[in-house]
Amino acid sequence: MKFPNEIEEVFTKYENQKGNLIPIMQSIQEIEGYLSKESIKLISNKTGISISEIYGVATFYSLFRLKPQGKHVIRVCQGTACHVGNSKDILRAVREKLNLTEMEETTADNEFTIMEVACLGCCSLSPVIMIDDTTYGKLTPNSVKKIINNYDK
Amino acid sequence: MSKIKIKVGMASCGRAAGADKIYKKIESYIKEKNIDASVEETGCIGMCFREPIFEISSKNHKVIYGDLEEIDVPKIIDSFVDENPLQEKAILTNEFDAPENKNLATQTRIVLRNCGIINPESIEDYMENAGYKSLEKALKNMTREEVIAEIKASGLRGRGGAGFPTGLKWEFAYKEKSDKKYIVCNADEGDPGAFMDRSVLEGDPHSILEGMAIGAYAIGADEGYVYCRAEYPLAVKRINIAIKAAEAKGFLGDNILGTDFSFHLKLKEGAGAFVCGEETALIASIEGKRGMPRIRPPFPAQSGIWGKPTNINNVETFANIAWIIKNGANEFSKYGTEKSKGTKVFALAGKIKKSGLVEVPIGMTLREVIFDIGGGMKTEKDFKAVQLGGPSGGCIPKELLDTKIDYDTIQATGAIMGSGGMVVMDESTCMIDVAKFFLSFVQSESCGKCTFCRIGSKRMLEILDKISKGEGEMEDINTLKELAVKVKDSSLCGLGQTAPNPVLTTLKYFEDEYIAHIKDKKCPAGVCTNLLTYEIQPDRCVGCGMCAKVCPVDAISGEIKKVFEIDQSKCIKCGACFNTCKFNAIEKK
Repeated sequence: MKFPNEIEEVFTKYENQKGNLIPIMQSIQEIEGYLSKESIKLISNKTGISISEIYGVATFYSLFRLKPQGKHVIRVCQGTACHVGNSKDILRAVREKLNLTEMEETTADNEFTIMEVACLGCCSLSPVIMIDDTTYGKLTPNSVKKIINNYDK
Repeated sequence: MSKIKIKVGMASCGRAAGADKIYKKIESYIKEKNIDASVEETGCIGMCFREPIFEISSKNHKVIYGDLEEIDVPKIIDSFVDENPLQEKAILTNEFDAPENKNLATQTRIVLRNCGIINPESIEDYMENAGYKSLEKALKNMTREEVIAEIKASGLRGRGGAGFPTGLKWEFAYKEKSDKKYIVCNADEGDPGAFMDRSVLEGDPHSILEGMAIGAYAIGADEGYVYCRAEYPLAVKRINIAIKAAEAKGFLGDNILGTDFSFHLKLKEGAGAFVCGEETALIASIEGKRGMPRIRPPFPAQSGIWGKPTNINNVETFANIAWIIKNGANEFSKYGTEKSKGTKVFALAGKIKKSGLVEVPIGMTLREVIFDIGGGMKTEKDFKAVQLGGPSGGCIPKELLDTKIDYDTIQATGAIMGSGGMVVMDESTCMIDVAKFFLSFVQSESCGKCTFCRIGSKRMLEILDKISKGEGEMEDINTLKELAVKVKDSSLCGLGQTAPNPVLTTLKYFEDEYIAHIKDKKCPAGVCTNLLTYEIQPDRCVGCGMCAKVCPVDAISGEIKKVFEIDQSKCIKCGACFNTCKFNAIEKK
């Protein structure tokens, strides 16, 4: 398998730096959207760290993904203030809007991936979601559906 | 210089409330009308409940406006062009009556001194506000020992939660002999419900850098890391900008300010693990490993990153340092109580009217913070409890509202001061649900190393789940208490040791609610879905059929203009009908 130049550059950037595993994984995920089997093997070859150790790190941290994700990532905040502000209803509305069951994360057309996250730090505007890098607050089940409409293809 | 200056609050909270649109509108309006005005970004001033916010000033006037919409922008700017500020939508000024005029006056701002005032992306702005003067003072006029003595004398305690005296911690690292030492800022603010660190990172990043540089000088470190949560993209961006700017000005790097002190700082992005807020786990994460805590001793001060002495402090702790060096330990210790000096930033959220950030002297009572400063309850429902300290903390009931907020008094209630998140709850919050919420958080964030934390918390969660479904037995309460003690005693790190706190405090103060779930099979707050029934009140139902339309499982049937009925065997208790009915004809029991 041939890897794009960008990925080669990641290894050059972090070469000989102690503790470089997590930043390398983060950079590759940034480029590919997730960590594929092939890229994990490549990281192992380049760094000399065993595949099992890399897999251990990848599964320990919630931000690493081993499956491809949709074009847009919707992070639904489940922090305390959002929880008290009925974030479960928001989550249900998002799932309903995207036709996702509780077990599914990514829509069939690969447009959206939904993630439940602990706290986005915008508690005063709860309930909150974050689509890609944009945060939306003071949501209702209806308003969240409208917001998602703006991202529809 | 422009005649009119506008600063828009553009922290994450401001952006989420629509500050981007306001900013663009200002830009386009001053361009269109060719008005002599400048606009820039600033951090969060703490009045999140009024977002979007901007401050506008001219030669003679200065007003903060809030609750803004795009249509307000031209009116306000025009009024400043005419030197006759609009009073509508003004929230804070000393020129006329405005609703938040007293808001900042009731606070004491040390940590948040620059938040919402300076442009966080401009090092010049920070320097104009005495920025990096404390670093200069420390490097040129103070010995390392004197810096440590000053911090010790100030009585500053770690703001991350545990409240360990900062000066003492520095002294431990200082005394270690090593060719290499590290200093780390823990910016992995993971407690759900706390967002003060985010606000400082986004609103005043240089204050953290300056605090770290002073700390590095004191303990003898030449390298440091800011370990920041990746969930805070704006904070990551601003810290990176700040590091570059400080390097360019010579406040970071080799031979800082012409002395022989060198200090290099890097940002490390976290990858999403709550347990990494624990010192030894954070160190493992910086080294590129799974963030698992280890046994202490050796403490990080003896053996930290790559086995070298390492000092870790929290964001808010570092943000205090430059102020203390500049104003002196005595000035700082004027605030607070005997054992807890200075101020503390609290993040107010939940069912409180004025949600946002407030900074007050330690030792105020919960009632003063929640009702006097926070404006009390958002709705007409009564105050029930305040959750303090996140997943390691607890719920404090109404009867204890006059408790003083300092490390030791709060701990005596069973909660902890923690990082200062305060989530206010009213009667519509179920305490079993809250306990379940925190426990499921801790359970999924447990790293799995200690058996009792890994399995004990799981078993406790299962019991709570059973109770919330109405399947609990009285014996379960004893089992919960028994497990709680074991999880506390048999866990290595703070996560496990404090994991049972939310369960223990709710059991302590709200045992009757547990009993209502177990014996009466009722959830008094109306939250636990399995214990609820939705019924249509025949006298109020007008037969519009809206409820039947929104019901996702077709459990509601009836003829238009006649009373509808819910088939309880099909009802999944989602509450869609309850939220839709305009005639209050559906009752939740």
